[in-house]
Amino acid sequence: MSALPPAKFDFLSQDVKKRTGLILGPEKAYLVESRLGPVARREGFASVEALVDAMMRGDRNLCVAASEALATHETFFFRDKTPFELFEQAILPAFKASRAGRRLKIWCAAASSGQEPYSLAMLLDEGVGPDADILATDMSGPVLEKAKAGVYTQFEVQRGLPIQRLVKHFDQTGETWRIKPHLRQKIRFEQGNLLEDFSRYGRQDVIFCRNVLIYFDIETKAKVLDRLAALLADDGYLILGAAETVVGLTDSLRPVPGRRGLYAKPETAAKAAAA
Amino acid sequence: MKTCLVVDDSRVIRKVARKIVEDMGFACEEAADGQEALNACRRAMPDAVLLDWNMPVMNGLDFLIKLREEPNGKKPVVVFCTTENDMSHITQALRAGADEYVMKPFDGDIIESKFAETGLV
Ligand SMILES: C[S@@+](CC[C@H](N)C(=O)[O-])C[C@H]1O[C@@H](n2cnc3c(N)ncnc32)[C@H](O)[C@@H]1O
Repeated sequence: MSALPPAKFDFLSQDVKKRTGLILGPEKAYLVESRLGPVARREGFASVEALVDAMMRGDRNLCVAASEALATHETFFFRDKTPFELFEQAILPAFKASRAGRRLKIWCAAASSGQEPYSLAMLLDEGVGPDADILATDMSGPVLEKAKAGVYTQFEVQRGLPIQRLVKHFDQTGETWRIKPHLRQKIRFEQGNLLEDFSRYGRQDVIFCRNVLIYFDIETKAKVLDRLAALLADDGYLILGAAETVVGLTDSLRPVPGRRGLYAKPETAAKAAAA
Repeated sequence: MKTCLVVDDSRVIRKVARKIVEDMGFACEEAADGQEALNACRRAMPDAVLLDWNMPVMNGLDFLIKLREEPNGKKPVVVFCTTENDMSHITQALRAGADEYVMKPFDGDIIESKFAETGLV
């Protein structure tokens, strides 16, 4: 397959950046064919270049579909383990006292196909903490539909999920595994773009925003972090992905000392350090 | 070095599994059915057992039940690895004392994540 002419590649990367924040540098050119090829075929175009031509003529739906296809949606249950251990062992106990009688608000801000919010729902169901409402958002419609359905392949349920939890929290339907309805009902799914205003979600006690900022440029990371901080409760926690940080990007959040991947407002971070 | 006993009646699968567990740093032994596996465990209790279900002579489940009754038989971490992919087989295996369960087809990533799940690696 031939590569896109530079002018068309430039259009594509600018359009994607504007819509999603995703930086599609020249070193990512190889992704274009593999990720847009299926979109081109599905939409009846002879090639990826023909698809990009149609995008350049202003077909908004195609632009959205291309953005969604170019994003990385990789995720799995209890990914990286540590954040979930921190959630269970540090965050929930801290809130159990301070939030007595009030439901905790948790937001998964780039939830992809749902493995992250469902992992949290399993922990809550196993009784580690106070009652909570989980909001799960992603900009991509197709992955969110999958998340809502809560149906996973045999391959997906074998990544990161201990067998005891599979048995406890899923029903088998033929070749696939469906999360139990009461766990699905703990979670509200909504399509949402981190580049757009999200203040309507209201104050959040815990925000998981993992493995998405990594695809943005510095300016976009900084802006999104500031807006996340604005929504975070004063004693709330933000959890980022293993390769992400707030350091050098915003003054409104600090790493919590000794707690990898955990961030909080400066005062809360300082208190946690002293404790 | 930790040891892993690979129990499967298919030589091809044993070979694939051996490669995977050796790459994870285990010394690997093989057995072609449950009885051979039990004999191997009586000689030297492994740290881990990767266990097929359907095998001639003695199947995986019967082996597991006998193993858990052996002196020191609670020690090995037993990971089923089988095409029996339905909930009733899984729960039966867990009740018999299996620690983890891999549904075939499997790959190195799945075995490694399941071994990690049980604290083996
Ligand atoms: C790699 S997944 C991470 C999933 C999960 N948080 C995890 O760590 O396993 C990144 C997700 O971010 C979503 N995403 C990318 N840009 C976004 C944006 N601007 N707003 C909202 N979601 C976005 C993608 O659709 C994708 O599902």
